[in-house]
Amino acid sequence: MSDNKRRVDPVTGTETTGHSWDGIEELNNPLPRWWLWTFYGTVVFSVIYVVLYPAIPLLNSATGGALGWSTRGDVAAAIAEVDASQADMRASLVETDLAAIDKNEALFSFATNAGGAIFRTNCSQCHGSGAAGALGYPNLLDDEWLWGGTIEDIAFTIRHGIRNEVDPDARYSQMPAFGDMLEDDQIATLVTHVQSLPGGADPLSGPGGELFEMNCAACHGANAKGDRTLGAPNLTDAIWLYGSSDEQLTEVISRGPFGVMPPWGGRLSEAEVRAVATYVHGLGGGEPQVGENTIPEGAGATDAAPSDPDEGPFEEDAPQE
Amino acid sequence: MAEPTSTLYAAREPIFPRRVSGFFRRMKWWIMAATLAIYYLTPWLRWDRGPNLPDQAVLIDLANRRFYFFWIEIWPHEFYFVAGLLVMAGLGLFLFTAALGRVWCGYACPQTVWTDLFLVVERWVQGDRNARLRLHQQPWSLRKVRLKSTTWALWLVIAVATGGAWVFYFADAPTLLRDLVTLDAPGVAYMTIAILTATTFTFGGFMREQICIYMCPWPRIQGAMMDDDTLTVAYRDWRGEPRGKGLRRREAAADLRVTGPQIGGRSPMIPMPGVRDTKHAAPLDGPGDCIDCNACVNVCPMGIDIRDGQQMACITCALCIDACDQVMGKIGRPRGLIDYVALSDAPREAAGGAPKPAWRHVVRPRNIAYFAVWAAIGLGLIFALFIRPDIEMTVAPIRNPTFVTLADGSIRNAYDVRLRNKHGEARPFLLAPGATTEATLTIENRADNIVEVPADAQERVRVYLTAPPGSDLAGDERTDIRLWVEDTASGERAHVDTSFNGRDNE
Repeated sequence: MSDNKRRVDPVTGTETTGHSWDGIEELNNPLPRWWLWTFYGTVVFSVIYVVLYPAIPLLNSATGGALGWSTRGDVAAAIAEVDASQADMRASLVETDLAAIDKNEALFSFATNAGGAIFRTNCSQCHGSGAAGALGYPNLLDDEWLWGGTIEDIAFTIRHGIRNEVDPDARYSQMPAFGDMLEDDQIATLVTHVQSLPGGADPLSGPGGELFEMNCAACHGANAKGDRTLGAPNLTDAIWLYGSSDEQLTEVISRGPFGVMPPWGGRLSEAEVRAVATYVHGLGGGEPQVGENTIPEGAGATDAAPSDPDEGPFEEDAPQE
Repeated sequence: MAEPTSTLYAAREPIFPRRVSGFFRRMKWWIMAATLAIYYLTPWLRWDRGPNLPDQAVLIDLANRRFYFFWIEIWPHEFYFVAGLLVMAGLGLFLFTAALGRVWCGYACPQTVWTDLFLVVERWVQGDRNARLRLHQQPWSLRKVRLKSTTWALWLVIAVATGGAWVFYFADAPTLLRDLVTLDAPGVAYMTIAILTATTFTFGGFMREQICIYMCPWPRIQGAMMDDDTLTVAYRDWRGEPRGKGLRRREAAADLRVTGPQIGGRSPMIPMPGVRDTKHAAPLDGPGDCIDCNACVNVCPMGIDIRDGQQMACITCALCIDACDQVMGKIGRPRGLIDYVALSDAPREAAGGAPKPAWRHVVRPRNIAYFAVWAAIGLGLIFALFIRPDIEMTVAPIRNPTFVTLADGSIRNAYDVRLRNKHGEARPFLLAPGATTEATLTIENRADNIVEVPADAQERVRVYLTAPPGSDLAGDERTDIRLWVEDTASGERAHVDTSFNGRDNE
């Protein structure tokens, strides 16, 4: 209220507040009293709230509140609850034979989803969040596997890693650095020769073939198709872990690549290892267990008649090509 | 309020509207019956959708993210139907406000309807206006306690029924009712009922006009949307003034010579001292039609005097029209001293002319524009409803990575495909690429290319398309392709256009 003399507006009969702006005066229309009580109610509520719940921000945290409640505690409780609810699934994952996980739909779904989460946390740094790898880091989506692509092979690789000094069971091999053993022109000949292999060239013929037989065939095989027991890659396919340009192949042959993967057996639980193995195996390139008569996965695996361009039911196709 | 007040806060003055009968009151009874019936009965209507789907005609199934409305079923991705309906509701309010003022407030608003219902109870238990006023002014007695508590108990029953009806829209009504009674229903159901019971009880029983005046934003918005052509409840002051009874009427007639008539009925009415508006002046040879009987004030649920002119507190419930018409009939004057009028007609009527016909106020460019947009959206929604595909497939190409080179040099693309089945039974969907697409299709972890989607469900599968080495598809950077889906049971088909990424660097 203003100290000005109170005045009553003659038109409405309402008292003014005494405030005047350019001759326009403010009428004093009273607020409803319930509004005032509502306001007091919110004040009381806020005091109770401040006492019971975290409220006043301090330097490093906020006041805790008498109830000891926090959103962090809620999250921890929710995580614990989910953990507990998944205990059966994790136990079942450890007990089930790896190759049989995909027979159990619920277990397979759990393993794939859990494995995806674990993969994105622990594996994506090298292999990429889409598992497409990078130069020197294998693409896990394709159908080429250096050390084997069955789910057992994949689980072993995850558990023990590759070429690390930490785990004595790690898969290990080393390609020599031929830069010390061969002349530059010999290496150049080999590079040209290796580049021709995916096109169907005979690995053992020609000048390059001779060098290949003497230096490379021991590990990569006389047919150049590699050896998974040694982690020696197939040189006749379209996949090049370290690239296929002249410079890249020269570098690989001269120095010898040495890709290392840490063992995850100690860091991940057995259930987690199996979940990641299931996830990676299901990315499109996984191979069936030897002797297992399952459907082929991934590339070229189709016998569906409708896909046939000539006799399928979809001849009314009209793509905008 | 007429006296100077020095308080900043004012207690609510209780309002005891008198019962009235007449055309508008009858219309309000019918609208009240219809709206309450729709609200309470809708959840109990049944609609057969087959064995796997709920048989409740109107059901908002939040847990399963489905909205059922008779033969229409809406999934979350079709929420634009709901958005469209909300836009239509908004435009409808614009249209009605521009044409007929606050008809929503006066007839259909839940606050009005439930307050009206509570008033019926109050009147039934405590009697009409005068009896209630007396009861209110009495000191507390056994009789007062009995009457008040009976009223409140009945209000509470209505409030519980109101909150209770609400939750039936979100679950199977008969099952939920049984669970509610046996205390097996989810806590959120009880909580919702409790909150809605509390709001219904206090808003309808005690807050009433306070909600409209202080809480609701709509009066302000509507005030801005009305114009001089809007038909609204108003007092024909040029006909009614000078008002009064007996001697006071004659004195008032004399005063008019100095103050001049009020024109247009605006609030607050600003007198124009000394100005004599000869053009619009009421005839001075007799008093006005208003005999100052206060019938219009006594029936008003908002406790206002419509003769003060247009005011924010008026919800245009039109009960004052009924009240005044009764009085006019008794004193032998034509009805309509208080009536639906357009303010633009005021000068014409005051000069003795006839008002424009109501339809000419309603049919004008502004209302036509509102209606056109409203109807266009409505027709668009109906059209969209009928062209909804029976098979729904969405295809999301995986872009991390865009393609994978396989050992034999072929190029593989992956797609996340969602298949939706809105039928009440499971359907087998066959997936295939277009005939001229030189790629083979496989589905992750499946032996064939058929996806069996359960009833009323969505299935997501990862689909691989593999282009053989050396093909155009494998070599070109990007090719537009088409994916087909066929319900192998019915033979129905649909397709989705997407693209295939090849390696362009070789």
